[in-house]
Amino acid sequence: MDAQTIIAKRIARELRDGMLVNLGIGIPTLVANFVPDGIHVFFQSENGLIGTGPIPEQGMALPWLTDAGGRPVTALPGASTFDSAMSFALIRGGHLDLTVLGGLQVDRRGLLANWMIPGKMVPGMGGAMDLVTGAKRVVVAMQHTAKGKSKIVDALSLPLTSTRPVDLVVTELAAIAFQDGRATLMEIADGVSVEEVLAATEADLFVPDNVPRMALEPRTEP
Amino acid sequence: MKTISLHDAVAIIPDGASLMIGGFMGVGTPEAVIDEILRQKKSHLTVIANDTASPGIGIGKLVTARLLSKVIVSHIGLNPETQQQMMAGDLQVDLVPQGTLVERIRAGGCGLGGILTPTGIGTVVEEGKSKITVNGREYLLEVALRADFALIHAFLADYIGNLAYALTARNFNPLMALATDTVIANADNIVPVGVVAPDHVVTPAPVVDYLIAKA
Repeated sequence: MDAQTIIAKRIARELRDGMLVNLGIGIPTLVANFVPDGIHVFFQSENGLIGTGPIPEQGMALPWLTDAGGRPVTALPGASTFDSAMSFALIRGGHLDLTVLGGLQVDRRGLLANWMIPGKMVPGMGGAMDLVTGAKRVVVAMQHTAKGKSKIVDALSLPLTSTRPVDLVVTELAAIAFQDGRATLMEIADGVSVEEVLAATEADLFVPDNVPRMALEPRTEP
Repeated sequence: MKTISLHDAVAIIPDGASLMIGGFMGVGTPEAVIDEILRQKKSHLTVIANDTASPGIGIGKLVTARLLSKVIVSHIGLNPETQQQMMAGDLQVDLVPQGTLVERIRAGGCGLGGILTPTGIGTVVEEGKSKITVNGREYLLEVALRADFALIHAFLADYIGNLAYALTARNFNPLMALATDTVIANADNIVPVGVVAPDHVVTPAPVVDYLIAKA
């Protein structure tokens, strides 16, 4: 299984029936492919849609029904559309149960940098700062390392997204949570040892006595 | 509200004007108005919008033609030309968190001086701004935004200028329609009064100054 699929399947286990969820571009988008049977999740696109559905069939795209990247999508039964003030009222106002975003770096306390690399990549923050500041739960989906360097760092070298720490980081190697302000190894991926995770992680990781394997099968509990 | 030709509507806009342009990655942008701005070569414009779309789409066309001197937007990641012109110092780009941008525009249209938001606290966004503590939580004071013209795209306009929007093409349009001195609307369909039911009107006719007539 490739890294992106491992990450997306694990994060899909965070979904609960009735949740309002915003997925960022990249790996987070893949989470929608693994919604467990029997639960209904409302996906929000911050351009003004709740009830975002899959890409339409060939020839069925509507130019004014798109996701936040401008790509054609469908709207599921029960969908709603609204203006950008409503969209960010939902995000900033504490109505969004879960946001899943990509990350460039996360530090030992869970602070996230994900919107620019000075001098190289300046895409703008878009909705990222509002999402991290306002969502009830923030999950980061990212590969553990980039070009051999840990993305879970002691201190951020890239510009901060929000002073609100993220709740969970899921990589192809591990799930790391940030309760009590410290990075804690919660789960390790199949075939990976604790030592391998520690070696790939720059930040100090607290390792509990028992670290379970990262489950990827669809969650069946209510 | 006056009906106006596409040519005459754009002719009203002087060089150097500030424009709020609806749309999100070009969806909900009045494309015909953009094309007419290009044709009339309006220049030194300031654009306030969610993003600069992509080259060849919506506001992206204005970037490529170098008609803009400043943009206030939340995202330029899908338009490499905006990034190149910014890096080269040819285009001033003010990046604003999307939720802050929309509230600053809303404030500008609602008679408010600004808004208090937790977004941006502790980041580069807070530089040079006042912080205000309310009930123990710190907020940034973000001031209202207004512009000379709003360029609005609607799905339906009735003969007197009531506007309704379609799906995700609504986005910033109804907020911008309140936040400028002159509102120019272009609609996919112009319909008799009554076709848009009162409950379905999003932008009421009295705020629309010009409705572009079909050619």
